[in-house]
Amino acid sequence: MPFYRNIAAKIALLPMIVISLTVFVGCIIYSFVFSLTNSKLVPVINYVGFDQYERLFKQRKWDVAVENIFIYGFVFTIGCLIIGFLLAVLIDQKIRGESLFRTIFLYPYAMSFVVTGLVWKWVLNPTFGLENSMHMWGMTWFELDWLVNRDLAIYAVCIAAVWQGAGFVMVLMLAGLRGIDEDIWKSLSIEGVAKWKSYIFVILPMLRPMVVTAIVLIAAGVVKVYDLILALTSGGPGYATTTPAMYVMENFFSRANLGQAFAASIIMFISVVCILAPWAFYEFYLRNKYANN
Amino acid sequence: MNLFKKGRKIMKKFFSILLTIFVPLSFTNVSKAAGHMEAEVIHWWTSGGEQAAISEFAKAWEEMGNTWIDTAITGGDNARGTTVNRIIGGNPPTAAQFNVSKQFVDLVEQGLLQSLEEVASAEGWRDFIYPPELIETCEFEGEFYCVPVNIHSWQWMWINNDVYKKVGLPVPQTFEEFLAGAPKIQEAGIIPLALGGQGWQESGMFDVVASSIMGFPLMQSIYRDKDLDAFRDGRFESVLNTYRELNQFTDEGSPGRLWNDTTAMVIEGKAAMQVMGDWARGEFAVAGQEAMVDYSCVIPGKEKYVALGGDVFVFPKNDDPKVKDAQLAMASMMVNPTVQAKFNNAKGSLPMRLDVDTSAADACMQMGLDLIQNPDAIMRESDDWNTPAFTAAWGDIISEFRNDPNYTVAQVMDDLEGVLTSGL
Repeated sequence: MPFYRNIAAKIALLPMIVISLTVFVGCIIYSFVFSLTNSKLVPVINYVGFDQYERLFKQRKWDVAVENIFIYGFVFTIGCLIIGFLLAVLIDQKIRGESLFRTIFLYPYAMSFVVTGLVWKWVLNPTFGLENSMHMWGMTWFELDWLVNRDLAIYAVCIAAVWQGAGFVMVLMLAGLRGIDEDIWKSLSIEGVAKWKSYIFVILPMLRPMVVTAIVLIAAGVVKVYDLILALTSGGPGYATTTPAMYVMENFFSRANLGQAFAASIIMFISVVCILAPWAFYEFYLRNKYANN
Repeated sequence: MNLFKKGRKIMKKFFSILLTIFVPLSFTNVSKAAGHMEAEVIHWWTSGGEQAAISEFAKAWEEMGNTWIDTAITGGDNARGTTVNRIIGGNPPTAAQFNVSKQFVDLVEQGLLQSLEEVASAEGWRDFIYPPELIETCEFEGEFYCVPVNIHSWQWMWINNDVYKKVGLPVPQTFEEFLAGAPKIQEAGIIPLALGGQGWQESGMFDVVASSIMGFPLMQSIYRDKDLDAFRDGRFESVLNTYRELNQFTDEGSPGRLWNDTTAMVIEGKAAMQVMGDWARGEFAVAGQEAMVDYSCVIPGKEKYVALGGDVFVFPKNDDPKVKDAQLAMASMMVNPTVQAKFNNAKGSLPMRLDVDTSAADACMQMGLDLIQNPDAIMRESDDWNTPAFTAAWGDIISEFRNDPNYTVAQVMDDLEGVLTSGL
C-alpha cells in the first residue's frame, strides 16, 4: 500500500498515534523501569532488581486481591449477562409501560459506583439495614450478614455491581432483540418452536455482536474496579475484599511505596494482556481470515 | 438585522464580563506589594473542632497582614498524596501538613523541603520544644525541616460511666479488668467494646493493648530495634491473645464503621468502652458530656504512657524568594505561645511547649498534661521509626488477625517476623 494513500486520514490520526505512544506506551515503560527500583514516596532510580515482584508474590494480601478479582469478574460478568438478557426478554414481550420499566432498570447505571456502594452499604449493614428492619418486623430468623462476613463480603460487592450493571446489558440486548426480523419470529412460530427454545437457540446466537460488546464493556470495568469497593467495604473486613487496583492505589498514595505499586500494576497489565491477546487474535485476525476465504 | 445587532450587543457584554473577571486575576501577583505575603496551606482538618483549630492559625496569619489560602483535603492520605504530587509536579504549596512520623523523610532526603534552621536557631526552638523527642522528628543533619504543632496520644480508653453503674461494676483501669467485666455487660444487652473495623482503628487499638501489657521498653526493642529475641520471648504472643479476647466483645456492625460513629455508641450508652486517641474527647464535649462525670478517660495499664502522635507542617522548597520569607514567618508564627494556646485549646491536643496557657483544659486533658512532664511516661509510636510501608504491612496483618478467626497466633507471629526482617 503506498504511503500517500489516504494521506489526509493518516495526518488526522497522527495526534492520536502520538498520544497513545507517549502516554500509554511511555507510561508502561516508565512504570516498568521504576518497578525495578526501591522508590518510596518519590520516584528515584535506585535499582533493586526484581525484589519488588518477589515481595509482591509473598503478600497474602495480593493473593486475596487476585482471588477476589477472579470471583468478582466471573460473578459480575455472568450475573450481568443473565439478568440483563432476562430483563430484555421480559420487556420484549410487548408489555404495557415498557419505557417506565426500561428507565427503572437502567437507572442504577446512571449512578456513580460510589453512590451504589454507599446505598448497598446501608442496605446490607446488619445493625441498620435490611436485617435490622426484618428483625423489627418480627422476623428474627432473618440473617443477612454478607457485608461483615469475610467469606461472603466479595459476593455482596458482586450483588451491588450486578444491580448497577444489569440494566445496561438489558438495553444493549433489547436493542439487539428489536433488530431481529419479524419474519424469523413468524417462521419460528410456524415451525412450532417453543418460545424459550427460540430465544436460547435461535435469537441468542443472532445477538452475538451485542453479547461481545457487553462482555468487553463489562470486562473493562472488572479490571479497574476500585471506587465501588472503596465505598462499600473499603476492602474489609480485614482485607477480605481488596482488589489488585486497590492494592496499587494504596501503595501509591497512603503507603508511599511507589516501587511496589509499579510492580503490582505491571503484573496487572501483563495479566490483562495474557487474557485479551488470544481473544483479540481470534476476533480480529483469525475470523477475518476465515471469513475472507 | 435587528437580531444581528442584538447578538452583537450580547457578545460585547459577555466579553466585558469575561474581562472584568479575568484581567484583575492575572494581575494580582504583580500588584502585591512587598511585605504582604501569601501562603497556601494543605491540611486535612475538616471536622468541626479541627476547622476551629486551623482557623486559629489562619486568623493569626491574617492579623500579620497576610493572605491565607486554605486547601483543606479530606483524609490524611489524600492530603499527603496531593502535597507530594504537587511538589513533584513543580507547583508546591507554601506549607503542608504531615504526621509526627517518617512520612516526609523522603522529601527531606531528596532536598525538596525548605530548611527552617535560620528561624529555629534564631528563636531557640531546641530550648523550648517539649518533649525533645519532637525535635528528633524534625531534625535532619542538624537542621529543622518541620514544625511540630501539637501532640495527640492514642493511649486512651473512653468509658461510659452509666453503663458500669448500671451493671454494678467499677470503671476498669486495665484491659484485664475490662475483660473480667465484659460478659456481665454483654448479658445486660450492651456491647462491651466499641471498635470501628477500619485498618487504622484496629492497629491503633492493638498498639494500645501492646504498650499497656508489655510496656514501652519492649515495644521499642521490637518496633525500633527489630529485636527478634524480644519479639519471640512470649510477651508479644500474650498481647495477641488478649487482643483476640477483646475482639469477642465487639458487635457485628463493626466492619468499616467510622471512629466518630463508634464513639457515638459509647456516648449514647449502646457500648461500654472504646479505645481511641484523645481526639475522641471532642465528640464527648460536643455531646455536652463532662469528663470523669458522664464518661471516664483511662490510660490502661499499671504503667501509664502518653504517646507522641501529632501533626507537623513542612514547607516545600520554592524558587521564589518571597515564598521562603512567607514560610519562615509562618513557621515562627506556629510555635508562638499565644497562637499555640489558642490552636490547641480548639483542637483538644497538647501543645508542643510547656510555657503555654492551658487553664481551659478539662480533667482528661489535664491528665495528659501531667503525664507528659514525666520523661519516663513518654512513648513513641511505630511510625516514628518506621516507613508508612512498614506500618501498613504490619497493620494489614493485625487487621487480618482481628477479622479471620482461622489466622492462628503462630501464623501471625511468623508473618509479623517477615515484616520485621523485610527491610521495608
